Amino acid sequence: MERYEIRLSGSGGQGLLLGGIILAEGAINDGRNSVQTQSYGPEARGGASKSEVIISSEEIDFPKVRNCDILLSLTQKAYDEYNEGLKEDGILIVDSSVNAVKSGNIKIYSIPIIDSAVKDLGKPMVTNIVALGVLVEITKVISKESLEKAVLERVPKGTEELNRKALAKGYEIANKLM
Amino acid sequence: MPSVLVENYFRTEKLPQIWCPGCGHGIITRSIASAIEKSGIDKNKICIVSGIGCSSRAPGYLDFNTLHTTHGRALAFATGIKMAKPEIKVIVIMGDGDATAIGGNHLIHACRRNIGITAIVYNNSIYGMTGGQYSPTTPKYDKGTTAPYGNIDKAFDICKLAASAGATYVGRATAYHASLVTSLVQNAISNEGFSLIEAISMCPTYYGRKNKKGSAVSMMEWQKNSAINISAAAKMSPEALEGKFLIGELKNSPEPEYTNEYQKIIDRLKKESQ
Amino acid sequence: MKSKARLMQGNEACVEGAIAAGMRFYAGYPITPSTEIAELSAERLPLVGGRFMQMEDEIGGMAAIIGASLTGAKSMTATSGPGFSLKQENIGYASIAEVPCVIVNVQRGGPSTGMPTSPAQGEIMQARWGTHGDHPVIALTPSSVRETFDLTIKAFNFAEKYRTPVILLMDEVIGHMREKVQLPDPSEIEIIDRKRPDCSSEEYLPYEADNDLVPPMADFGTGYRYHVTGLVHDETGFPSNSTAVADKLIRRLSNKIEIHRDEIESWEEENTEDAEVLILSYGCVARSSKSAMNILRERGIKAGTFRPITIWPFPEKRLRELAAKVKTIVVPEMNLGQLVLEVERICGCNAKIEKLNKVSCEIIYPEEIVSKIEEVL
Repeated sequence: MERYEIRLSGSGGQGLLLGGIILAEGAINDGRNSVQTQSYGPEARGGASKSEVIISSEEIDFPKVRNCDILLSLTQKAYDEYNEGLKEDGILIVDSSVNAVKSGNIKIYSIPIIDSAVKDLGKPMVTNIVALGVLVEITKVISKESLEKAVLERVPKGTEELNRKALAKGYEIANKLM
Repeated sequence: MPSVLVENYFRTEKLPQIWCPGCGHGIITRSIASAIEKSGIDKNKICIVSGIGCSSRAPGYLDFNTLHTTHGRALAFATGIKMAKPEIKVIVIMGDGDATAIGGNHLIHACRRNIGITAIVYNNSIYGMTGGQYSPTTPKYDKGTTAPYGNIDKAFDICKLAASAGATYVGRATAYHASLVTSLVQNAISNEGFSLIEAISMCPTYYGRKNKKGSAVSMMEWQKNSAINISAAAKMSPEALEGKFLIGELKNSPEPEYTNEYQKIIDRLKKESQ
Repeated sequence: MKSKARLMQGNEACVEGAIAAGMRFYAGYPITPSTEIAELSAERLPLVGGRFMQMEDEIGGMAAIIGASLTGAKSMTATSGPGFSLKQENIGYASIAEVPCVIVNVQRGGPSTGMPTSPAQGEIMQARWGTHGDHPVIALTPSSVRETFDLTIKAFNFAEKYRTPVILLMDEVIGHMREKVQLPDPSEIEIIDRKRPDCSSEEYLPYEADNDLVPPMADFGTGYRYHVTGLVHDETGFPSNSTAVADKLIRRLSNKIEIHRDEIESWEEENTEDAEVLILSYGCVARSSKSAMNILRERGIKAGTFRPITIWPFPEKRLRELAAKVKTIVVPEMNLGQLVLEVERICGCNAKIEKLNKVSCEIIYPEEIVSKIEEVL
């Protein structure tokens, strides 16, 4: 049974809650099922916050991530808090600023996601979109067409071009590493 | 034979009412019916709402859509009626404990919203239905069954409370000044926003007896002698006003009414979607 | 035509369902984790000519929807834990005065302020007995986003049909999770409106019930000048001190739900034909149970699931039948054992009943159910 459990983690304000929603919508665009859940309240503002997505071609019963296939961590705090539960052969994508510990057969990708958004694009608010570009390029968990469609349906009007650029940036920096 | 007013506006088969001999509530209720008659509003477009307590039995005798709710919550029920069907004239009858103790929060917020409701508070300075406990309008040092050594709470001035919370029409009268109750309620009904009329009543059975105020007649005499019309008060010295209270129209400053403001949003959205 | 499949949050599905059912009035007070229901109602209602009000407190919200419903508007309020406690008195009012309305409670950790952003199932018994006095209750419990949409409509339909408050008992997981849903075409949705009197206003007795034990209800402001009270009252609506009137009223209120149990009760079962162990759960936990059942089946254990959709009234007859067939019933709940009391009452000594309780304000994991069953079998 094909089932992907994905956890996006970072600090509140990095847009990862929306990131999770977009990823889940992208999966629906692909014709699959998805469930998205997230941390709420004080936990979601500042500190470490997470957004979880499960994607499957079958019905999704249990809605929470237990055996994480893909973990994205944009901050050290989020990595420390949420790296437990990542499968032995899971994929770990971290921002270059995060110091990740190698364990088992986990594939680690350390990528300058935040720097690319802040320095290359000059727009820290697209950090989440760059991250989605990176995640999809590496994992192919959903198609790029579906991702782009989902992004453009969610972002504010007038920011479409910027977000397209952010996705392209994500693909580019992921490719450099692969 | 009941009068024409009673015949037209009361559920005569429900009379006589349950109030004690000498209670002021019957006079005030009749004055309200008289105000409704004078306002000429269709009986089928009026709803009378009350909470719990002696005064809250009044709607049962009045021939309209009447709603006897839970203690303190009359204004919140009334708010739902007014909001869902703004063409209904909503009149709320409360007692002093009902309106300012358990229902105090609903009172100040209904005032603040300026929603088109007419609230009439029958103030007899006591909880009568439960047998004479002190209320937020029992004068300081007066007695109640729960204040056997004198009440140390400071009393609320209901009119000042309502006016400062945002009610746009506020007035006070007494059971003795029954025709003033009628004219104030009539003005209150014609105000589009939130109006509050404090009608000072008397409870000879509990408040009167506990505090040695004498018979219902002497309590009414006290109302007559202590009430000063606001127009007359303007010409009186502070010393002369000592121990007196004001009656008459205390505030009249119309402002946009709440359900009309909401209707504007509905209309704007309709326009935008066309 | 079905709508396009889209990602939707449980709380959002509740509002969509309410609007589809004809909700035209909402009053409430913001409280986590139900707040999105208020926010979306505020956005959607004026667009369909309805009205939204944020009241000064939860009590006021409950009172306002009763007032609005008396004018004929289908009305709803939503809340969580502490707010549900505050609404109880007026839920009883809606019950005795027979005013249709829907109360949504998105359950969070309790008691008191508890764990505001985390899930629990602590209000199963409060939904049944929260307000004082004997009273009927209908409480529905969704376990998916799509079902939240469907049950919200059902809640309005039951409220209208039986003139009673109906509780939609959600939990934080279902309220906050987003999943893929496809909403039905409006033409496929059954909408029920309250019976209104067909007699003249002079002949109208507001609390004279028909054969279905439900009295027709006239809208305020339409010429039927009747009285509504929370006191015990007779057919005329006026208060009565008669013990016979009290007895008749309280029994009728209860019986009007009791005689319609077959229409009201609903549940879902899976793999019960050959099941030796039955997992009985509701709300978000039912999803864990389904995963657990699949794992157990793979391991050769004959597990089945039973999910009451109407918690109240509980689908008693069907459970009694199943209890005679299975050996063990496991009841996982995110409380210290509430619905299990009802299960024990219904099943008597027919089957062994095992509790699985979690009060850490986290959903029960499938593997926790699996190990519990492996341990007790």
